[in-house]
Amino acid sequence: MTRHRWLLPYLLMAPGLLWLAAFFVLPNIQMVLMSLSTGSISQGWTFAWDFDNYLGAFGRFPDNFRNSLVYGGMATLVCFLIGYPMAYGIAFRGGRYKTLLLFLVIAPFFTSFLIRTISWRILLGDQGPFLAVVRNTFGVVPANFSVIGTPLAVVAGLIYQFLPFMVLPLYVALEKIDKRLIEAARDLYAGPWRRGGAIAGSIAGGVVVAFVLTGLGYASLEEGGVVGFAAAVVAGAAVGGLIGAFLISESFVRVTWPLSVPGVFAGSILVFIPAIGDFVNVELLGNPKSQMIGNVIQNRFLQQNDYPTAAALSFILMAGILIAIFIYARVLGTEELTGGRS
Amino acid sequence: MPAVDVRLLEVVKRFGDMVAVDRLTLDIQDGEFFSLLGPSGCGKTTTLRMIGGFEEPTSGLIELQGEDVTWLPPFKRNVNTVFQNYALFPHLTIYDNVAFGLRRKGVKDAEVKRRVTEMLELVELPGFERRKPTQISGGQAQRVALARALINRPAVLLLDEPLGALDLKLRKQMQVELKRIQQEVGITFIYVTHDQEEAMTMSDRIAVMNQGHIEQLGDPESLYERPSTRFVAGFLGISNLLPGAVEGTDGSYATVRMADTSSVRAPSALVGSHADVSIGVRPEKIRLREPADRTPDGHNQITGVVRDASYLGVSTQYVVEARGGARLTVYEQNVERTTRAELWAPGEEVLLTWSPDHSFVVVDQPTPAVDGSTPA
Ligand SMILES: Nc1ncnc2c1ncn2[C@@H]1O[C@H](COP(=O)(O)OP(=O)(O)O)[C@@H](O)[C@H]1O
Ligand SMILES: [Mg+2]
Repeated sequence: MTRHRWLLPYLLMAPGLLWLAAFFVLPNIQMVLMSLSTGSISQGWTFAWDFDNYLGAFGRFPDNFRNSLVYGGMATLVCFLIGYPMAYGIAFRGGRYKTLLLFLVIAPFFTSFLIRTISWRILLGDQGPFLAVVRNTFGVVPANFSVIGTPLAVVAGLIYQFLPFMVLPLYVALEKIDKRLIEAARDLYAGPWRRGGAIAGSIAGGVVVAFVLTGLGYASLEEGGVVGFAAAVVAGAAVGGLIGAFLISESFVRVTWPLSVPGVFAGSILVFIPAIGDFVNVELLGNPKSQMIGNVIQNRFLQQNDYPTAAALSFILMAGILIAIFIYARVLGTEELTGGRS
Repeated sequence: MPAVDVRLLEVVKRFGDMVAVDRLTLDIQDGEFFSLLGPSGCGKTTTLRMIGGFEEPTSGLIELQGEDVTWLPPFKRNVNTVFQNYALFPHLTIYDNVAFGLRRKGVKDAEVKRRVTEMLELVELPGFERRKPTQISGGQAQRVALARALINRPAVLLLDEPLGALDLKLRKQMQVELKRIQQEVGITFIYVTHDQEEAMTMSDRIAVMNQGHIEQLGDPESLYERPSTRFVAGFLGISNLLPGAVEGTDGSYATVRMADTSSVRAPSALVGSHADVSIGVRPEKIRLREPADRTPDGHNQITGVVRDASYLGVSTQYVVEARGGARLTVYEQNVERTTRAELWAPGEEVLLTWSPDHSFVVVDQPTPAVDGSTPA
């Protein structure tokens, strides 16, 4: 028994490895072959080292790639901006309500993903509870104003969909920070962080406002909205700066933040990867111009039966994600993420 | 006369209904090694945290070098803390940990480097700059925590059971080390511990705490030799207490008669004007003699029967039952008697004698109901 001890971990991993081999590795090999094949569904596919599939796929859908990157990135950024204070609040101030609050975070998962997205259609719709009130009752916005069908609606759907994937890893990272470390920092003269907090807060505030307005299509210069756009961004930056200056302390910047970076990394990846490849939110909340690369892949596979292009697109997406994660890990500092700290 | 460094005035801390610190008043002198000693849960940490600024008192006043700091946050107090489990920043190197406070205060890099190097030498850890806290031992982490606090040259250093996580040998070594460092830097230390031996080894003065208040305050010798409450007598070592009624005073000694009609004497200054007291005596102060032996003039003497004897090597511990039924513990150095045949045996009748100067007096005050349940 003891002689074969070394086998034990492999035995424990075996079911998972077999599963991955059967349902991940094999299909992927098949996909690689498909992405380099020529032919048609009626005549059959022949493997031909046909790299044109890749070149074509890359060149033909620049808008969709851009949409994916921008929407996925925005969703991740906003999930982070919303999720971090949320996870922080639960971990540090949740007290005995921690479990309940965490349950509420994952509560949406108890409803089908499709139903949730469809209900967002209703919520954001022209006759939905928000817009109808804002437009009809108060007349704050023009009568032809819509949210549904805009990129903003797509990103809002993505944010809603994937927010728990951001909050949970952040919570785990924040929760295990020893609160005495923060006391120690305060003991060692870490006080408020007004200037840095103001800068960080105004950048975040400005970016969010700019993104919301762009998503709603309000950034077009032709309409002469530049002044209004700039004013709104400045206002957002001011509010963000004020919040940042008063809420971000030096002990947070020096201790809490660096110790929560692994959670930020995990959360961002868990949001970014599914968000960038998503196609359901565009289907239900977007418009034809806001189609993401996921929609193209789905369309190529299921409607046009253009398997090689679809497969090539999938691999380009995968490579892109891997490169993005690699760069991201470098930016956050690999040592923080892998260093064997307790 | 040294200046008062820290002053607590009528400080109260409540957590809900629980009174953790109860009207604590305390003056700590500049440059002294001061200990808060007491059992777990008596309010030591809470007191320390209020001085550090991590808790706000429910009422009362805290002064630091004459300045009211009661409501100041920690980063505005010239006080630093060595936390119970060190609380070193795991993501920073030892160098950055030690430099943390100076950098927050905006000290120049060259100066930071000079002082960190100097401080790591003081705690005997030169060359550890680039390690992470996970790469050093518990004793070393302890020194880093000390260096990280001391480098800021605070007026007062607070230490909360800093040696609690170390093994006995290392703890003894660090006690000596801490005392050396304290004398070298001349900073006031406020040291929290539940270990009476540790407090006695290092402290200039000790405040013994019980249930949120100070039972007795004094230097280690006077606390041990002349405890004034039952709690202190029991918490600092073993003590024998004989209850009785004060009968009269002949100059410097008062006579106290016990229930079994025998009487003992104690310094009258300790008895004061109380009528009912308990006379205490430490086990090593008592001598055991043959009943027929002559007792030195003026010494207290009571008769008893040996009930138990345990040979401990350096000494033998006896339990002797006095005539009135009280059981006394007696330590006898194994000098005159060393073999089993020579030791006192259970059942033997003995005379217990001690100098009246070695008697101390514990008054069982009928204190108000708040802490009427003084432990026996
Ligand atoms: N944050 C808190 N909330 C409620 N009760 C507390 C809190 N901190 C301490 N206490 C209580 O106050 C009393 C004193 O605690 P503490 O000062 O930690 O004692 P010590 O350090 O002497 O062991 C204990 O009964 C403890 O349970
Ligand atoms: Mg404590």
